[in-house]
Amino acid sequence: MSEDLLRISDLKVSYGGIEAVRGISFNVRQGEIVTLIGANGAGKSSTLRAISGLVKPAGGKVELEGEDITAKDSSVIVSKGLMMVPEGRKIFPNLSVLENLKIGAYLRNDDLTEDLEAVYGYFPRLKERSWQAGGTLSGGEQQMLAVGRALMGRPKVLMMDEPSLGLAPIVVQDIFEIIRRIHENGTTVLLIEQNANMALHVADRAYVIENGKISLEGTGKELLSNEKVQAAYLGAKG
Amino acid sequence: MEYVISVLLSGISVGGQYALIAIGYTLVYGILRLINFAHGDVFMVAGLLGIYLTAVLPIPVSLPLVIVFTVLLGFTIERAAYRPLREAPRMSVMISAIGVSYLLQNTATYVTGGQPMTYPTIPFLSDTVNVAGTQTKWVVIITPILVLILVTILSMLINGTKIGMAMRAVSKDFETSRLMGIKINLVISVTFIIGSALAAVGSNLFFTNYPAITPMAGAMPGLKAFVAAVFGGIGSIPGAVLGAFLIGICETIIKGLPSSWDVSVFSDAFTFALLIVILVFKPQGLFGEAAADKV
Repeated sequence: MSEDLLRISDLKVSYGGIEAVRGISFNVRQGEIVTLIGANGAGKSSTLRAISGLVKPAGGKVELEGEDITAKDSSVIVSKGLMMVPEGRKIFPNLSVLENLKIGAYLRNDDLTEDLEAVYGYFPRLKERSWQAGGTLSGGEQQMLAVGRALMGRPKVLMMDEPSLGLAPIVVQDIFEIIRRIHENGTTVLLIEQNANMALHVADRAYVIENGKISLEGTGKELLSNEKVQAAYLGAKG
Repeated sequence: MEYVISVLLSGISVGGQYALIAIGYTLVYGILRLINFAHGDVFMVAGLLGIYLTAVLPIPVSLPLVIVFTVLLGFTIERAAYRPLREAPRMSVMISAIGVSYLLQNTATYVTGGQPMTYPTIPFLSDTVNVAGTQTKWVVIITPILVLILVTILSMLINGTKIGMAMRAVSKDFETSRLMGIKINLVISVTFIIGSALAAVGSNLFFTNYPAITPMAGAMPGLKAFVAAVFGGIGSIPGAVLGAFLIGICETIIKGLPSSWDVSVFSDAFTFALLIVILVFKPQGLFGEAAADKV
């Protein structure tokens, strides 16, 4: 089978003695969409924050293409090819849409024209608004900008933290459609979602996180038909 | 009439000198949300450096060296006194800034023996020139022009370069900036370097108009530049520049009122009264952004 692009082994994160992530292991292979689902506070975001270098893990290992990148500086991790779309979009409100995209390619020094065209291809709205300040966009447009910004870094793995959070259902569908297209074009995606239904439909493989540990894993289809998952995350009546 | 012109001219000139200091306050505040109390003292040290360096080296060498050493000082202060407190509460960093301020003042007292030091006469800057029938020094004419040039360059840097874009991003959101691969500490260092360089230029212009420098010489101009920055809306460069010019002009006008009115002694109090009035009616300052833009 294809090789592990990203491998997380026994990752632990704690905040002031409270363990948010208690030994999580999973892997993401080249070309996959892998999703981590779970309730609020299960440790999903902490896992991503530890991978991207925003918090120092209390233990465990993060490897990208076999290289140990555990607890490296964020700028190093970004330069290795991990880009994150943070929770709550976090676009820069004072920068123009174009600048928001350019700053996603901050560590690159080559020509960005092609990448900008590609992003505008996914999100034509952004092209129309390229000179507007990022803060003037609607929530859905900001999410698109945040995704486009991360793509500008030409990520080997695109990590997304709750891209559907706080968006109208129709916009959520758009976002997932885009995730599918980005994936078809060859980008590996690690997706964190509370919207388990959407996430499992789009994912190749999925992990369920509960209380800082992985409680279930399988393909997206397997988990969709799993009774426990249906009861806990898909709102099916038992 | 000539008197009015000469008062206005020197007001614009003083304002320009405050502006060069005020930019340092507003840049650092914009990124770190820190009022860098040591900035006025960095300005004073730049003045002393000017005295010591021009004494041993020719002017064309010593003045650029003053800028280089002041930049090193600003850079070192950030590294040693602020960076280790990056994760600490903002109040701790502020106390550290006050500490650095006194350290610089006391060191200056130690080095100078507390004696007022005579600022050298810099040829050309100190030469007199005739403008609209009044005699004035070249520095008065050059200051506003130089300020405009420097502010233009600074705006181009901030709005048109990659590091400028990073500065604007960091000023909004440290964490997301890190996710873009931006090295926060590098951006902060650049901010201190720019602020210190401008303060060094400002000190050269400012002290040319004053006979002597004492270890406390940075405190009042620093405080006024800080007021100018708040007045203009702290974090905003155009605000700081406009605020500085306004304060410089108002202060000089008050100082220039007929001596029989006996109000010139209140010129400093006026500056702060102005600040209070502005803050009552416009708490964000002239160009300050409303707090509501946090998305």
